[in-house]
Amino acid sequence: MTNDKVTNILMAGVGGQGTLLASEILSEVLMQAGFDVKKAEVHGMAQRGGSVVSHVRFGSKVLSAIIPEGDADVLFGFELLETYRYLPLVSPRGTVVVNSLRIAPPSVALGKAEYPADIPAKIRDQIADVRVVDGLRLAEEAGNPRTVNTVLLGTLSNLLAPTEEQWIAAIKALVPEKFLQVNLDAFKLGRMVKD
Amino acid sequence: MQKTVLSGNEAFARAAYEAGVQVASAYPGTPSTEILENMGQYERIDASWAPNEKVSLEVGIGACMGGARALVTMKHVGVNVAADPLFTLSYTGVRGGLVLVAADDPEMHSSQNEQDSRHYARAAKVPIFDPSDSQEALEFTRLAFDASEEFDTPIIMRSTTRISHSKSVVTLGEPIKELPATGLTRDAKKFVMLPGNARVRHPFVEDRLERMAEWSCDQPFNRIEQGQGSVGIITAGVAYQYAREVFPEAGILKLGLVHPLPKRLIREFAARYQTIYVIEELDPFIEEQVRAMGIEVVGKEKVPICGELTPGRLRQAFDLPMETPLAGDENLPPRPPNMCPGCPHRGVFYALNRLKAFVTGDIGCYTLGFMPPLSAMDTCICMGASIGNATGLSKVLEADDQQKLVAVIGDSTFLHTGVNGLMDMVYNDSPATVIILDNSTTGMTGRQDHPSTGYTLSGEKAYQVDLEALCRSLGVQSVRTVDPYQMDETREVIKEEMARPETSVVITRRPCVLIKHDVLEKMPPLFVDADKCTACKVCLNLGCPAIEWAPGKDGEKGVAKVDRLLCTGCGICEQVCKFGAFGVCS
Repeated sequence: MTNDKVTNILMAGVGGQGTLLASEILSEVLMQAGFDVKKAEVHGMAQRGGSVVSHVRFGSKVLSAIIPEGDADVLFGFELLETYRYLPLVSPRGTVVVNSLRIAPPSVALGKAEYPADIPAKIRDQIADVRVVDGLRLAEEAGNPRTVNTVLLGTLSNLLAPTEEQWIAAIKALVPEKFLQVNLDAFKLGRMVKD
Repeated sequence: MQKTVLSGNEAFARAAYEAGVQVASAYPGTPSTEILENMGQYERIDASWAPNEKVSLEVGIGACMGGARALVTMKHVGVNVAADPLFTLSYTGVRGGLVLVAADDPEMHSSQNEQDSRHYARAAKVPIFDPSDSQEALEFTRLAFDASEEFDTPIIMRSTTRISHSKSVVTLGEPIKELPATGLTRDAKKFVMLPGNARVRHPFVEDRLERMAEWSCDQPFNRIEQGQGSVGIITAGVAYQYAREVFPEAGILKLGLVHPLPKRLIREFAARYQTIYVIEELDPFIEEQVRAMGIEVVGKEKVPICGELTPGRLRQAFDLPMETPLAGDENLPPRPPNMCPGCPHRGVFYALNRLKAFVTGDIGCYTLGFMPPLSAMDTCICMGASIGNATGLSKVLEADDQQKLVAVIGDSTFLHTGVNGLMDMVYNDSPATVIILDNSTTGMTGRQDHPSTGYTLSGEKAYQVDLEALCRSLGVQSVRTVDPYQMDETREVIKEEMARPETSVVITRRPCVLIKHDVLEKMPPLFVDADKCTACKVCLNLGCPAIEWAPGKDGEKGVAKVDRLLCTGCGICEQVCKFGAFGVCS
């Protein structure tokens, strides 16, 4: 009963950014591609603009839903500071996909602390493969600033096994008809970001 | 059968549907809330919100007395509220199967304590299952309904945050086709628990546990996984997944039912290994009982008792090699949860801060009023405690300090267990002030309805409890209602009521900005006129996520800024600014 081939994706962001829908689509596409999938996240208190993190693990057989510390293969970040916060959980050989968005936490908003400067550079000091996505710009290009999460999934999709058709099927299964086309456009724009 | 990805909570709901449950009742509580919300999709189930967990269990018991299968769900601290009927239900047993899901919250992701519900099973002498993923949540719950009827007992399903809120692949089962027949059956010896009848039932309860312990030794939910080497591990629930991952070679006794324990199976397993580890989250529940059987084990001297387990914490506990982590920055600004932009509670706490009130708090989104910069909450114990705490404090204070006492409680929490506290406050003549923060929903758990929202769980219209009339009927002479977006009026009314030398109630009424039913009037966002902003920073004391301080560069003055995408246009910042720097976007 080994657990060797499990791949670990750690998602980090701010409550309200749509990480939940993104992790749903991610789990769906991985299951449809034939993997065993587990994901863990926390609702309730964390929704209120706080730091949120989701664990997604897939492989032939997954045991723990929580990623062992230092074992995340991909850190998938929706906001710069929250991505940087969870860096110690990532494998040194891992990849970081990060949205170049800055959301001030309360102490920064109150003028009592400073938002860390040059976060992508700080991450690159420790991780070779860092992909920075201007999610908001691409989401606006797709036609709706609320599709940032789908843009980011597009960029992430380049790192994972499922085909573009499988991704599109999963998005169709989970996104309401009214917002489907703009999300498909957002996904394709994100998928064009390859480094 | 069909495969799908389900959370533990979705799996509990699905299992209840498959098992033919006809009645489900709950009060919302993280991490259990979504079980009842998911019951709503099944037409043959009557799923409803109860005002508290005691009532929900009593509703479930009633349905089961009528022959139906019933599910009640609650968070761990909800079991404290439901404990009174639970302990006697253990004696009466059931007619239709009854399952209670108790969702624990190790690590206290969204709770005020870390209590371990397994102790309730032992204290109430009822069986408890401890599933380790969504598939087991479904299978064990289905099985629990059969076992409940076979052994004439209620059964607890223990969940934890990592079971309830984790998703995994589940193979669905076939729903039973015919629901149990329901109707009135008189059986006073079983259901009237007066001493004479209860004395007969107690020996039955003890015998039931013995029989279930023996039965469970041969059931597939308690299983031995053969290993290599000298170490055997006894584990259950989500801890099984971590143990299996961290000790891939070890033998494992994986328990599905953790009370009563399968003693014969445990002895058989322990005899095969030189060293036995017990790996369980929170308290040494299994460990102490195995030790009492005379078996030496390694347990809580290594495995942490506080917080949840993770594969990494387990590796650390047993000194196993770990990857050297990447360097992090420990001085990063934290990002705690906060009240939403436009939250109707914000202005109330701003006023309480300015009035220097001593605030006894309660459970809900508004507990965040404790956080700086609002910093306007001094106590928080449990659901409904704010009012009793204020009454007790008033008994030991001088008159001028008594006037500082304000209990704050949400509308849903007030109806949960606050009403009795207010009854006592009036009855025993405490001069404190109670503020009912009425946002017309149960906010923190994700906006569920309750008896004063006017809607049921399924969205049907319902009688709406009149909070003002309820308070008056309890004997409160002064009940005043304000709109918390009107800052001056809110502050004045609270100030006047604090000064009143008798119990008084202020209801601050304004729906949650995330409310489901009402289409809220959309208000344009605000902006800051940088020329009028004097950099006094008063608006920052509101702690609104939509207001950010932009420090000045090269010695120039800084300025407050409004994030247009976050701002709901509530306008309380405009009211606290003395320089008219806030304007409304056209």
